[in-house]
Amino acid sequence: MNTLSKSRLAWRCRRGMLELDYLLQNFINTQYEILGPADLKAFQHLLETPDALLLEYLMGRTIPVDPVFCDVIQKIRAAVTY
Amino acid sequence: MSIPRKRFDTLVIGAGGGGLRAALQLSQAEANVAVVSKVFPTRSHTVAAQGGINAALANVLPDNWHWHMYDTVKGSDYLGDQDAIEYMCRAASHIVIELEHAGVPFSRLNNGKIYQRAFGGQSQDFGGEQAARTCAAADRTGHAILHTLYQQNIRAKTHFFDEFFAIDLIKDEEGYILGAVILSIETGEPYIIEAKTTLLATGGAGQIFRTNTNARINTGDGMAMALRADIPIQDMEFFQFHPTGIAGKGMLITEGARGEGGFLVNKNGERFMERYATHAKDLASRDVVSRSIAIEVREGRGCGPKGDHVLLKVDHLGADVVAKRLPGIRDTVLTFLHMDPVEKPIPVFPTAHYTMGGIPTNRYGQVVAPLGQGAEEPIPGLYAVGECACVSVHGANRLGGNSLLDIIVFGRAAGNDIIDFLKENRFHRPLDEGSVDQALSRLARWDQRGEGESVDALRQELQQTMEDYCGVFREEKVLQEGVNKVKAMEARLAAVRIQDHSSVFNTQRIEAMELENLFDVALATVTSALARQESRGAHSRVDYPERDDEHWLKHSLFYKKDHRLDFKPVRTKPLSVDSFPPKPRVY
Ligand SMILES: Cc1cc2nc3c(=O)[nH]c(=O)nc-3n(C[C@H](O)[C@H](O)[C@H](O)COP(=O)(O)OP(=O)(O)OC[C@H]3O[C@@H](n4cnc5c(N)ncnc54)[C@H](O)[C@@H]3O)c2cc1C
Repeated sequence: MNTLSKSRLAWRCRRGMLELDYLLQNFINTQYEILGPADLKAFQHLLETPDALLLEYLMGRTIPVDPVFCDVIQKIRAAVTY
Repeated sequence: MSIPRKRFDTLVIGAGGGGLRAALQLSQAEANVAVVSKVFPTRSHTVAAQGGINAALANVLPDNWHWHMYDTVKGSDYLGDQDAIEYMCRAASHIVIELEHAGVPFSRLNNGKIYQRAFGGQSQDFGGEQAARTCAAADRTGHAILHTLYQQNIRAKTHFFDEFFAIDLIKDEEGYILGAVILSIETGEPYIIEAKTTLLATGGAGQIFRTNTNARINTGDGMAMALRADIPIQDMEFFQFHPTGIAGKGMLITEGARGEGGFLVNKNGERFMERYATHAKDLASRDVVSRSIAIEVREGRGCGPKGDHVLLKVDHLGADVVAKRLPGIRDTVLTFLHMDPVEKPIPVFPTAHYTMGGIPTNRYGQVVAPLGQGAEEPIPGLYAVGECACVSVHGANRLGGNSLLDIIVFGRAAGNDIIDFLKENRFHRPLDEGSVDQALSRLARWDQRGEGESVDALRQELQQTMEDYCGVFREEKVLQEGVNKVKAMEARLAAVRIQDHSSVFNTQRIEAMELENLFDVALATVTSALARQESRGAHSRVDYPERDDEHWLKHSLFYKKDHRLDFKPVRTKPLSVDSFPPKPRVY
């Protein structure tokens, strides 16, 4: 899988639910520049998950089978400010 | 500049449940259909609907469509059009079975029938015992419907333009709608889609308010496109708020929290709902709780450094109760506030949820407007369905589970009517180049370079203003100030510049055009709210606390030109049964 540009990824962070928009857009806006290639790839891959399942993952209700996802999910959750 | 042109029988703008249901009807009838969506279709906002879809199947408790109709008319505070409501409630059972056959995995009872849950506002026998009318596919009803419809459309060979942004409708001098100018988000290239019929299904406009539950793509684009094509939008003063969203962020904290014994406090730790609703307290109806929170904040009893929210306490319930009965709320608070509601109260504020108003249509999905002869003449070639439309089945207040029903029932009805229209209108009309140029100039405007205000800053200001001046606390002075402020801000749009001028996935440019749309919709909302001097459904005015059927049992119509308002009567005559005359709405 090729890595996609930031702008392309940013558009894919526009989803059907506010919860996902908030988590994903916040993450790409604040963390993109400091992400390593492995995380970037995992993030890109994660964005292909359908919205309903992605919500389960990001809210910590379901643990994805693929451990690569777990790492990036932790980072997405940790990036939330309040 | 030569712009690629494509021709279709029908152009559907929007790939949520409404757009996809219409497209399916058409593709199955062998029409040549294009669906344009700014995000990948299965990322449309319909995925967010978890509760379910209403139909009087009577699988759990006795029920019939006439009771459902009564509840919907009453819920609408008598502003809903009773012909459309009868049509929707009658069609509901069939529609749900059809969805099931198409592959939506509805939850089941032990006897194999579709499970149904009870929701607020549902009654048996015209206002009697609680009914159970909502069919759900676990807590993923919207997701299941959207994915099923998408798969069916692929099978039926619907042509998808994924990640294309519709800029404006194309309209000729005689008022026919001929398609739209759209933009490839991937390449930045505009396209002309010529179509004999165009259907707007672009969803709601929750983003006009700072605190809202909607996906960020819900910027009211279709409503604004209609306004720019000189079509009025209807009943925009009616916006449903949910009393408890996470303050400043908007995510919904369900009523369940208060149902399980949670309560609201102000900065003095006072349980203020006791003052506003002596008996029901924190379980008073949504609008009462929302308004009480807004008053506490306005009068300086809000919490936090800015005093801009109140607190919802569930910490006294204990970790066990919260973990067992309110797990979803705990996850939400942990995720978005990094705190545990078991230990600390949750900062909340009313959050904008559903746009009752929209593009006026009849029950065939045809967009209708007063063109000279009557109040509801069809605009040739233009249809609208779903949250962007106002048919009007929700009137002044939508019932839970009725909007998924609305989008599917009228998506299908519009598809059928378009099939008839296509039989009589076999040829494309000549393209109106002037109208195309107008749409393109809207795009070209964002090529202007230099320093200027930012899209983000102006949007935030607009959202905050709408929340403060046109939220749940409404009175003459506040609303008038709101109108003035929004107009003044709109004038500043001309000075806004974007810094990114690249073509590929230029999010800034799309957000700029979305901001223009937000302004059109916000002005419609605040202007209509100022005009309506009564309280009805979701529109509640502290200076006019009563419903006034004598003067205000009518729909409002807002025009972009001169911000003019017009009114038209409510259709109180159903199709086959007796009317439900207005009565006080008590639950
Ligand atoms: C949190 C939440 C929970 C809900 N739960 C329920 C529930 O349980 N039951 C219920 O009945 N209702 C529920 N609703 C309401 C319901 O989900 C929506 O009203 C309904 O899904 C709207 O569907 P739609 O087809 O009109 O539009 P949407 O699903 O919003 O789709 C709009 C489409 O238009 C496209 N679009 C928009 N602008 C453009 C443009 N300029 N160019 C190209 N494409 C564009 C988008 O890409 C998208 O495909 C809920 C709403 C929320 C916010």
